Amino acid sequence: MTDITYTVIFYLFAAITVFSAAFVVFSKNIVYSAFSLLFTFFGVAALYVFLSADFIAVTQVIVYVGGILVLLLFGVMFTNKIMMTELKTDVLNIVPGVLLLVAITGGLIYTFLARADWFTSDNRLQGSVVERIGFETMSRYVLPFEMISILLLLALIGAAFLARFDKPRKMNEK
Amino acid sequence: MDFFNTIGLNHYLVISAILFGLGLFAIVTRKNAIVVLMGVELILNAANINLLAFSKYNGGMEGVMFGLFVIVLAAAEAAIALAIVINMYKTFNTVDVSSVDSMKE
Repeated sequence: MTDITYTVIFYLFAAITVFSAAFVVFSKNIVYSAFSLLFTFFGVAALYVFLSADFIAVTQVIVYVGGILVLLLFGVMFTNKIMMTELKTDVLNIVPGVLLLVAITGGLIYTFLARADWFTSDNRLQGSVVERIGFETMSRYVLPFEMISILLLLALIGAAFLARFDKPRKMNEK
Repeated sequence: MDFFNTIGLNHYLVISAILFGLGLFAIVTRKNAIVVLMGVELILNAANINLLAFSKYNGGMEGVMFGLFVIVLAAAEAAIALAIVINMYKTFNTVDVSSVDSMKE
């Protein structure tokens, strides 16, 4: 892959990510927002491939697109009466929101580009990181790995407990 | 023109700054709780891009591992938050975050 192709493909995925994220935020229709979020997640996964973190990109596609986005769509469909309402979301305090958007984004970009003089090392991540992730998970990060698996189990049990249809209080009263 | 031709660390930082600003905008301005959750997901993605970009241009594995953990935490957060939103809808019959102002039924 030549350098100019690399650059063009990077800008293509960057544009997909940014514009679909803007559509998520500025669209009035929640279903449009959810489906536009799909393109944002895929664009971010492509940027992860550019950052030579291929395993993270695949995890992003599986977890975000296959899990979180489906959960969000279920949330949209559970919490709206599809037949009668038009799935719209209202906006409030739009002027402070726009000011905050411009201030935060502009300030961050100014700080990143003009103020911060990042020191970049000469040795960069090259090729696939799958094997190194395996070594790191089983050596340095074995305790966070176990803790996060327990946390995920607890969170999923808690979510299933919270979202069940019959409240446990009513079951005790019987 | 050299800035636009050679992809470096700053490009990823700019994308993540834009994503972070858009997510914050969604959290501040939207009334629907689901769209607020989408804003939170955008912010988590922005943070993840930063972690992986610094990891790539540093050569270490710390950012990659932390990015993996952030994705797992995002999954847990989305499950819990949607359970809370569904409970909110069952109790108040709305998911408008500006009209839900009571903690009891």
